[in-house]
Amino acid sequence: MTTISKVRYSRRSLLKTGGAALAAAALPAPMVWGQETKNITLRQFGTGVSNLNDVANKVKEDLGFTLEMTALDSDSVTQRAATQPDSFDIADIEYWICKKVWPTGNLQAMDVSRIANYDKIVGIFKDGKLTPESEIAQGTAPHTVGFVPEQGATTFADEQTNWMTLIPTIYNADTLGIRPDLIGRPIESWTELLNPEFKGKASILDISSIGIMDMAMVCEAMGEIQYGDKGNMTREEIDKTMAIFTEAKKAGQFRAFWKTFDESVNLMASGEVVIQSMWSPAITAVKSRGIPCVYQPLKEGYRSWGGGIGLSNSLSGMELDAAYEYINWYLSGWVGGYLMRQGYYSAVPETSKEFMSENEWGYWFEGKEATGEITSPTGDVLAQAGETRDGGSFEERMGAVACWNAVMDENQYMVRKWNEFIAA
Amino acid sequence: MSRQLVAWIQAAPMAVVMLAFLVAPIAMIVIVSFWGATEYSIYPAFQFDNYQFLFGSPVTYTVFLNTFKYAAITWAFTLVIGFTVAYFLAFEVRSLKWQIGLFLVCTIPFWTSNIIRMISWIPFLGRNGLANSTLISWGVIDEPLEWLLFSDFSVILAFVHLYTLFMVVPIFNSMMRIDRALIEAAYDNGASAWQTLWHVIVPLCKPGIMIGTIFVTTLVMGDFITVRFMSGSQRANVGRLISNDIGLLQYPSASATAVVLLCTVLIVIALLLRLVDIRKEL
Repeated sequence: MTTISKVRYSRRSLLKTGGAALAAAALPAPMVWGQETKNITLRQFGTGVSNLNDVANKVKEDLGFTLEMTALDSDSVTQRAATQPDSFDIADIEYWICKKVWPTGNLQAMDVSRIANYDKIVGIFKDGKLTPESEIAQGTAPHTVGFVPEQGATTFADEQTNWMTLIPTIYNADTLGIRPDLIGRPIESWTELLNPEFKGKASILDISSIGIMDMAMVCEAMGEIQYGDKGNMTREEIDKTMAIFTEAKKAGQFRAFWKTFDESVNLMASGEVVIQSMWSPAITAVKSRGIPCVYQPLKEGYRSWGGGIGLSNSLSGMELDAAYEYINWYLSGWVGGYLMRQGYYSAVPETSKEFMSENEWGYWFEGKEATGEITSPTGDVLAQAGETRDGGSFEERMGAVACWNAVMDENQYMVRKWNEFIAA
Repeated sequence: MSRQLVAWIQAAPMAVVMLAFLVAPIAMIVIVSFWGATEYSIYPAFQFDNYQFLFGSPVTYTVFLNTFKYAAITWAFTLVIGFTVAYFLAFEVRSLKWQIGLFLVCTIPFWTSNIIRMISWIPFLGRNGLANSTLISWGVIDEPLEWLLFSDFSVILAFVHLYTLFMVVPIFNSMMRIDRALIEAAYDNGASAWQTLWHVIVPLCKPGIMIGTIFVTTLVMGDFITVRFMSGSQRANVGRLISNDIGLLQYPSASATAVVLLCTVLIVIALLLRLVDIRKEL
């Protein structure tokens, strides 16, 4: 927890305080308590995706306070957010987890008027539309759980209000990963996952809430099932989907199922699997071993996910102010640039632009040909001059989202069916 | 102080440890197995829903059957291999120095972690792994064998590899205690090598075999990680059901499965102990 130190009147601290006072005169309000923020520690936890030590270091450098990061898998994240509200100050969770956790009252809504860059946040997180013409995808679309009517409410608001549940931080559009060298022909549809041509060489992820969505994309593409809402299936739809995949499993379509990031990388890199559900950084990891791997855009569209940071209900006073400062800093561009160079998107792309080179911005965001080498934030070369990003520009990729990761009303039923599928 | 009181005090530390670390956790699991759960929380209750669902689902029976299958096959292989190794160490190797030396060699793989030993099979058995490329280069097969990895075969292979030593140690221990005069007497009376083995050595090794059996069956029945990794998540045993439930915050349901598993294992052990009275034999 936080400890605010007693002010010691040494010469040094007086000098510092003097400096802070000067700065406070010139700069806006938060700097007034700049001296005390040094002793503030905010405890953040979330999935490994955005819990990066580089971010914590940069926070210390730019804002002065300490950010403690804990990385967990998505099941444990849900668990902790729901059951241990006092163990964190900031929760870095996905929107579908928010849908599950918000009703517990462990998080507090954020005052939109204190978010400096709110107006610049991408429409997906506000009214659900990327451009005024876009259609809203199925599933737990972020804007449907993004607002509450008032502070303390446990149900979500239908439109934008002054109270936001999560500040969007990171999101992406997921699709199938393939080994072009071992397949040797174009792949265009989700149906290819169950194509007998890839018997014993396909894989799907064994995380029920996400796996079921990939399954639904496949079944819909095959024309076998017309879903009312892939993100909220009826029991009948769940049964039909599972039946199709159980049959494929029994016929030996799948080589394995994977649960962790590195398992998916190893399956692909070793050639055990040539087509599978995959996450963007896993593709990067396979590529960095010099093995060709493509994050294949498919005509039916992407399955998308988004994460955001929420504030613990127990945050108040100076720590709450620090948390707001952190959020504003998060949206001010540095983190966005860092994440965009890993292949994710930032909630406020235009501020991130300042922290990326023209080549990087063109490659990652605009889908242009790279004019020079593209490297990850850690220095691995990801693409050479002349290459373009799989799937193209931000608008092309995020504009083609078919559904969002979701929790269904029939979640428990689905989970049981999933267990049957694994045991089949 | 009376002698009885002293005896109680002497036994107390052990009793406290057992209560705190064995009885209390199990009691907790049994209690929670009657609780209810929502998506994100558990609430105290006394209901049989978890058990009702468990016994009402065909998956439970398939998975329990699968667990028994793994346990039985693994037991058979570890017994044959373990017995052979122990026999070699106890009767073929003459000097005590060599016996101890070779016995230590058997334990070398155990200096690394369980998971490492298991995972190292994956690249070996894979489609483009060492086993397949060797067989192809020898001309034994034309196509890589798919069933080597992510199958029942690989699961059982890993189990046998991981747990054979648990068979070797107690059997070796029993064999070392056999009076050599008994074997000589058998030969003198005209018994063949097989007859000696079957009528003299095996009966005298029963306690060792039984202890090994208990080790292997409980380890295999309680496992979840080996099955997950070696089958590429494609097979399930009871441990995986429990771990899935825990992952989804369904603690009461996980506890109910754990209680049923615990009872099953206890019944198996009780049956085994019926066959051999370990206390008497030791």
